[in-house]
Amino acid sequence: MTSAWRMVVGAFGLVALAIGFLSVVFLTAPAAPGPDLARSKNSAKGLYALSIAPEAGEPRQGELHAWVVTVKTRQGAPVEGAAISVGGGMPEHAHGLPTSPEATAYLGDGRYRIEGMKFSMPGWWQLKLGVSAPAGTDEATFNLVL
Amino acid sequence: MAGGLLTNLIAAATITAALAGCSEADFTDAEKRTIVSMSLSALAPLASDPTNSFADDPGAAALGATLFFDTGMSRDGNVACGTCHKIDRQFQDDLPRGVGVGETNRRTMPLAGVARDPFFFWDGRRDSLWSQALVPLENVLEHAGTRTAYAHYLKRRFGERYERIFRPLPDLSTLPASAGPFGTPAEKAAWAGMSDAQREGVDRIFSDIGKAIAAFERSLVHGKTRFDRFADAVAQGRAPSAEDALSAEEGQGLRLFIGKANCSTCHTGPRFTDNHFHNTAVPPVAGLPADRGRIAVVDEVLADPFNCVGKFRDGGEEACGELRFMQKSSPELVRAYKTPSLRNVAGRPPYMHAGQFATLEQVVNHYATAPKSVEGESEIHAVALSEGERAALVAFLKTLSD
Ligand SMILES: [Cu+2]
Repeated sequence: MTSAWRMVVGAFGLVALAIGFLSVVFLTAPAAPGPDLARSKNSAKGLYALSIAPEAGEPRQGELHAWVVTVKTRQGAPVEGAAISVGGGMPEHAHGLPTSPEATAYLGDGRYRIEGMKFSMPGWWQLKLGVSAPAGTDEATFNLVL
Repeated sequence: MAGGLLTNLIAAATITAALAGCSEADFTDAEKRTIVSMSLSALAPLASDPTNSFADDPGAAALGATLFFDTGMSRDGNVACGTCHKIDRQFQDDLPRGVGVGETNRRTMPLAGVARDPFFFWDGRRDSLWSQALVPLENVLEHAGTRTAYAHYLKRRFGERYERIFRPLPDLSTLPASAGPFGTPAEKAAWAGMSDAQREGVDRIFSDIGKAIAAFERSLVHGKTRFDRFADAVAQGRAPSAEDALSAEEGQGLRLFIGKANCSTCHTGPRFTDNHFHNTAVPPVAGLPADRGRIAVVDEVLADPFNCVGKFRDGGEEACGELRFMQKSSPELVRAYKTPSLRNVAGRPPYMHAGQFATLEQVVNHYATAPKSVEGESEIHAVALSEGERAALVAFLKTLSD
């Protein structure tokens, strides 16, 4: 093999390597960054630390189900006797929740049961929780993707 | 030379692709997951109905089938459930609006899979299959009968069967021949003149009629279609058999359906419905009474004596979540109508809640152009779809037929 040929093959090899490297980078890079899916966060004004969890396993599309919302002060003390309002919807579809969920029970230790949740479509949903307690009124928005 | 070879190769590849139609290899992994989720194979088993103790009682289902096809279950003896819900026509009637004793204001809905709905009718004005079945029996444009007339008829014709399944019948001999809350003024007066116990006894029989018909309707299911066989091949990672493969046009329609055209947003899952109500700017029909859809029936379903929280429900009140937590006042309910299943849709024009559109092409054009709603806000946004893309969507919809 002449040195000229060796250079050509080598150049091809380098280009192939570069393409391979770029495709690995491209294929493993995250797609469009999705919404923040954290299930624990501070409320907008910072009055409360909220966390949410489905009561009986991850929700399935179209099924009525319940969530447990835990409300604590920023110092970690459970908040009792809070009034919880529930709203939300699909920001990409500009519609609200298909049901009107309600906080139906206080379970102790700052935990409240939210009944009547339903996600009727696949996609990005928002759950907006309002909290009114002696420390003040605040709210937090959680994102869920089905 | 080389250019000619390349051209030939491209031509050969194009022909091969066209002949092969649309293989499962053409879809992305995300598209494949959506396709698999819409297969009939992905349908969960039918849940029990704790509000109807007789829902899965074969005797009740058999009596329900008898009642469903019995024209004796009407004022003039000419109308049965099966008059509009025709057994050989997907349990619908091919008319823009159903015709019982008179012409109704709504398109007759097909019944396959109906037991899976949380709410019934195009506007969801009943919350159980058994309470739904009672409404047409008393509607003056449908069966037009009365509650005591149905109780007398049931006792006379099917008393023994009824008692074997449900409960002993009360003495009906002193009750008016025809009385009920929705009859003529004389029939309403006769109903008002009955004692509470008498009315409750008749209501109990009436609700059992609904529970028998519901038990029968639970047996009405969708059959597998070419789409399902294609989707099952996708699920198993194999090529569909030649007769189940989608053509290039059908495959394009499927990709649009779950992608750019946004159809599967509402027409989701194995039944192609989200079981919810949407304003999609379907125009009103001239000459029909004002129709505001879901918002107009919220109070009606909450006040229905046969609803889930009423005394005729079997089982516990924990089964009543859909009614308890239903949306009651959102502006989104104005002119909102149920998302219908699209299974077998090509075989049952005309379309929409009052038969507004004669063809699937018209339906697709409506959703592509997204006109404004006459009242409330439409949830639909216009999508630029070429003639070919619209035709592809229609071609795909035809694969949803048995
Ligand atoms: Cu949505």
